[in-house]
Amino acid sequence: MTAAFVAGADASSEVPLKRRLKRAERTRRLKALALILPLLLFLLFTFLGPIAGMLWRSVDDWEVRQVLPHTVAALADWDGKDVPGEPAFAALAGDIRTARDAGTVAIASKRLNYALNGFRTIMAGTARNLKTLPEPGTAKDTLIGINPAWGERATWAAIKGASGPLTSFYLLGALDLTRNVDGAIVAAPEEQAIYRDVFGRTFTISLGVTVLCLVLGFPVAYMLATLPTGQSNMLMIFVLLPFWTSLLVRTCAWIVVLQSEGIVNDSLRWIGLIDEPLRLIYNRFGVYVAMTHVLLPFMILPLYSSMRSISPAYMRAAASLGASPVTAFLRIYLPQTVPGIGAGSLLVFILAIGYYITPALVGGAADQMISYFIAFYTTETVNWGLASALGAVLLLATLLLAVVYGKLVHGQQVTGGMKN
Amino acid sequence: MMDGGMVTTAQALVRFVGVQKTYDGEHLVVKNLDLDIKKGEFVTLLGPSGSGKTTTLMMLAGFEVPTHGEIYLADRPIKNMPPHKRDIGMVFQNYALFPHLTIEENVAFPLTVRKMPRSEVKERVRSALRMIKLENLAHRHPGQLSGGQQQRVALARALVFNPQLVLMDEPLGALDKRLREHMQLEIKQLHETMGITVVYVTHDQSEALTMSDRIAVFNDGIVQQIDKPDALYERPVNSFVANFIGENNVLAGTVENIEQGFCRVALASGGSVVAQAVNVAGAGAATALSVRPERISILTDGHAPDGMNALPAQVQDTIYLGDHALAVLKVAGNGEFMVKLPPGAHAGLSHGQSVSIGFRPEDCRALDPV
Repeated sequence: MTAAFVAGADASSEVPLKRRLKRAERTRRLKALALILPLLLFLLFTFLGPIAGMLWRSVDDWEVRQVLPHTVAALADWDGKDVPGEPAFAALAGDIRTARDAGTVAIASKRLNYALNGFRTIMAGTARNLKTLPEPGTAKDTLIGINPAWGERATWAAIKGASGPLTSFYLLGALDLTRNVDGAIVAAPEEQAIYRDVFGRTFTISLGVTVLCLVLGFPVAYMLATLPTGQSNMLMIFVLLPFWTSLLVRTCAWIVVLQSEGIVNDSLRWIGLIDEPLRLIYNRFGVYVAMTHVLLPFMILPLYSSMRSISPAYMRAAASLGASPVTAFLRIYLPQTVPGIGAGSLLVFILAIGYYITPALVGGAADQMISYFIAFYTTETVNWGLASALGAVLLLATLLLAVVYGKLVHGQQVTGGMKN
Repeated sequence: MMDGGMVTTAQALVRFVGVQKTYDGEHLVVKNLDLDIKKGEFVTLLGPSGSGKTTTLMMLAGFEVPTHGEIYLADRPIKNMPPHKRDIGMVFQNYALFPHLTIEENVAFPLTVRKMPRSEVKERVRSALRMIKLENLAHRHPGQLSGGQQQRVALARALVFNPQLVLMDEPLGALDKRLREHMQLEIKQLHETMGITVVYVTHDQSEALTMSDRIAVFNDGIVQQIDKPDALYERPVNSFVANFIGENNVLAGTVENIEQGFCRVALASGGSVVAQAVNVAGAGAATALSVRPERISILTDGHAPDGMNALPAQVQDTIYLGDHALAVLKVAGNGEFMVKLPPGAHAGLSHGQSVSIGFRPEDCRALDPV
């Protein structure tokens, strides 16, 4: 009787159970969202927004479009096979006159100079010598008269290539590629093709640092994970100590230690091992030493946490089943630390890829990593397009690595084996 | 310490000779252990936590080194032999299945580290999994199995390489009661069909009674008694064993005289009883009498038959337990004196009622004072 009554009451309430559940869930979800909203907004304005804006600059091509609008319009239908006709010259002459009055010639000429070396001179000279607008029909002769470069296809191809609104110029440049006069993608001239080398160097150094960190960090993490808590906490402070010191201070300390009059060289000379100071800094060696030191905690901590969760019972079980200590380590212990090795390596590698200050301070000219060039184009030459393109390539490579790592880890995911 | 079920050296697979163990150099966790285990025997080390039973097992497995004495396995001293060379299978309390390997790979592990041919490994693993009825879960990871299934895999892994000895360290401690009882029978069957030698550690006395050929009761680093389960229950040699195994009623008293293995004991509260003199120093010494609840009857007419001990008692409480009932009495100052009754027999008893209880001298053992 009672049961039937309750069921009847349930059916009579109009709102279905699913909807009521959803409504209850929604309130909870909104509350959770409200909690993370401040952080979300903060990230949006200070992190995601600027990054998106910066990435946009790697494909944005606005200078020529804004300064020479009529020329860009006139070149829209140009097939690029020959020097364009009179209308294009007339439009260019008009645009240059307007730009000179507005003082914007330099903006366009800077951009055009990236595409064709010497364009800045052509533009400046033309703007200076174009006293009045040429008579209709004589624009072509007038401009070629001022600078014969206007009679060349490459000059016009450069304008057309830079007329936007989007460009692949910077991204291609970041990969040592460029477009020739006919618009085909070709290798950049040798004296400009440096970025593939720099990317290669960046990855080599990062990989080297990762391997060094793993080799040095694994035994330390193992010791931390196996020592009694009191002692391991004590040692953990030594691992974390570098975290509490500024990166700059740590790097400068290495300069003091490694320079030719530094502690290492002086000691070696004092015990008579060497006569001449060894070159330990301002070369690749110094970069490896300093970066490994700075990044070591990022390897040790994930390793430590993965090792801490491995019960000593596993090693005992392996021994009781007939495995020698070496076999037990290789077949039982090591595989269980793989998630830690992966996380630590990924962390160190990704951090190393973006290193800037340390190589800049303790490396030589041939040890500068990609971040140095990004900084160079951002602050020195203000070529934000190229800086942003280099950054985009770096970001893409890093994301790719993270995805590969995710796939690898997910592929061999295991659920915890121990009960309790 | 006791000679019940002692085996001769020639038959013993495992021999502990004068083994001592200390961790801190100050007090001994295991004090002078002598223990022989026959081939094919199921021996349980039973005791409260901290009694030295697990340390003893760890010394046998090779994870702890005896401070003094020697352990022999098949007549070879193994004190300095590393664990992986001892050919001893072990089942751990938390199973210790390797989480990154499948069930199949876990069971195959002891075979592959012995570099056994691949085809033989496959065959042996298959038959081991068939034995524990988990063939269909061969490719799962341990985390995907229930506790009981994991325990069976751990068992299969410890048995698959035919070790001369299998050690089990509270292997059923993490399971619920029903599953535990089921697994007890399963392990016992495996032991009987395979003829393996098992040393089993537990603090659960019913588990020990169910499974063992012999039980070594540990307390305070000393083996109190080694015996068959029934002998341990029926004939405990001291108060610790009497109290640790099963329910026990204790009456404190003083020995008046000893005659032909029986003694007369004066109870502290007045009155006297006759008991078997098992562990008493002599006339005038203090003693603790031990009587099992099922050996006591409640005398309705108040008169005990000849030769039977009779004591006045007061009913405190009755407990109905389905297959039997318990009467909690106050006897000679002991307010927790239990008497086991057939079901229904408790109906006639009420709180505060005065009754008489009776038990035979053979069922009452005079042991060391508590």
